[in-house]
Amino acid sequence: MDKLSLARSELREMDALAAEDSPIHRIHPLCKLLVTILYIVAVVSFPKYDFSGLIVMLLYPVLLFQITGIPVRLCFHKLRFVLPLVCAVGIVNPFLDRTPLLALGGLTISGGVVSMLVLMMKGVFSLMASFLLIATTSIDSLCAALRKIHVPAVITTLLLLTYRYIGVMLEEVSVMTQGYSLRAPGQKGIHISAWGSFLGQLLLRSMDRAGELYNSMLLRGFKGNFFYADVPPCRVSGLIYTLLCAAFFLCARVINISALLGSLFVR
Amino acid sequence: MHMADALLAPAVAATMYAATAVTVGASVKTLKKDEESAKLPTMAVTSALVFAGQMINYTIPGTGSSGHLCGGMLLSALLGPQAGFLSMVVILTIQCLFFADGGLLALGANCWNMAFYGCFVGYYLLWRPIMRSKAFKGLGAKGEGRMKIILASILGCVITLQLGAFSVVLETTVSGVTELPFGAFVGIMQPIHLAIGLVEGLITSAVLLFVYESRPELLMDVDNIPAVQAKRSVKATLVILAVLVLVVGGGLSLAASANPDGLEWSMFGNAESGYSENMGLDEENYGIASAAADTAASIQEKTAFLPDYAFANSDSAAGTSVSGIAGSAIVAGVALLVCLGGGFFRKKKAAAKA
Repeated sequence: MDKLSLARSELREMDALAAEDSPIHRIHPLCKLLVTILYIVAVVSFPKYDFSGLIVMLLYPVLLFQITGIPVRLCFHKLRFVLPLVCAVGIVNPFLDRTPLLALGGLTISGGVVSMLVLMMKGVFSLMASFLLIATTSIDSLCAALRKIHVPAVITTLLLLTYRYIGVMLEEVSVMTQGYSLRAPGQKGIHISAWGSFLGQLLLRSMDRAGELYNSMLLRGFKGNFFYADVPPCRVSGLIYTLLCAAFFLCARVINISALLGSLFVR
Repeated sequence: MHMADALLAPAVAATMYAATAVTVGASVKTLKKDEESAKLPTMAVTSALVFAGQMINYTIPGTGSSGHLCGGMLLSALLGPQAGFLSMVVILTIQCLFFADGGLLALGANCWNMAFYGCFVGYYLLWRPIMRSKAFKGLGAKGEGRMKIILASILGCVITLQLGAFSVVLETTVSGVTELPFGAFVGIMQPIHLAIGLVEGLITSAVLLFVYESRPELLMDVDNIPAVQAKRSVKATLVILAVLVLVVGGGLSLAASANPDGLEWSMFGNAESGYSENMGLDEENYGIASAAADTAASIQEKTAFLPDYAFANSDSAAGTSVSGIAGSAIVAGVALLVCLGGGFFRKKKAAAKA
């Protein structure tokens, strides 16, 4: 599958996930946003060698994946964007930081190896958290939540409109690319002679269409703001969820729960 | 260039969020002042187009590879810096939320690295001065505009990408996540993004030239609107430029590989632990292939892996000990149990439904 159709199917997939129903889906979007940000802040703030402390944070995404029933496979597919840069930055750590930290039998583990692992775990964990946020929250309710915390209406309206048009544009560009490749078999990508006109044509047409679109929006009473889907007020369950999660993150961050658990069994 | 959350410390991420928020606020204010809510649909459609357009592969002549479009420059040339910046912020947000391209915490930094430089630096310091300058006067109205657009897009893409790449290095280093020294990291990131910037600049200029030929009024700061539609010779110009880029790029990379590159240089500084302040010493005596480096490396090899070297304080350094590992295993076991339990209950539910 080419990049364009892949993006289209991914968008559809995320929309479908957000439309499902689970206890997590029903929580107020603002609570979920807050918990996600708290989680990511807690995860990235772990010291670079704190492997055993960080692994406790795995419990939050694992629990959420199980409650919502969202397949983890979908999330790992998205790692392809995040991991390369994280790996590029982390991969040199084992070579540059050779301070031995631990010996397991004959095997010596250096600080660099641990810090590389911790860095990758941080990348994966925070990705899972933001994936879970958007997989359980529709873009409309997320925008409504953003409005509640006084993000400018221009941004949220633009976000919603752009999100709607991305689907249309991806389809359009995909059709054009397919048409082009059928007429230029065996050619990889767009030839230099069509660099400008290929996207330029679509750009001109779309910008004209946007003018008409604005006129029709005005006719329907658009006054610079959308009326968002009804978001019910934050209920007690949402507050409890937020407080519980925050308390867990704080505990896990301050106390090394792994070491504590381990010391019960190992002297 | 999209950064993941793991690459940033919370304090750095918060600072970048604040910087982006201030810029967003200022842009929104400027836009409102201009009564430009009519721009909203155009902004949405254009940013959706840029999003889709960034997935098109453009074949680079003479090479097997392909390049992509640079969104920041294109959007600020079409919509102006403020609207362009907001559109880029929205594109980056959607990429982050729906495609996991860049982290949620790193969104502020990503907006700064890609949208701020691309739109504000690209527009105010490059696009507008170049478009208003009197350069290329001898080429006639059409040729003048064309050359200015090509120059502005290429310079804009190269410079804004360099700034962005440098910011990535700065933010990562300040966050303290990598052992890679600052100099080496810069030495890797900048040349890569120089090549990317040149290609992106060419592609962006091709799209802008097309708009200029057909509807010049859509571009910012284009005042010399040609009366007669001239025959396009964009292709010829682009081919010449592409050849130029390849020659310059090839020459640069040859020159770069002849000299020791940043990574080697800083590895050498690091391999000789205790010698790291000797950066100024000459290559002959202390270089990577010198006898001094060999001895130092072999000494370090021996000392670094002596078992009783650092274990005494391993607890404090790592927070990892045997109990830590055992505990981690227990946590992993709990996670596995949760998964198994979840699967069991969901199956039961599905069976009950059926």
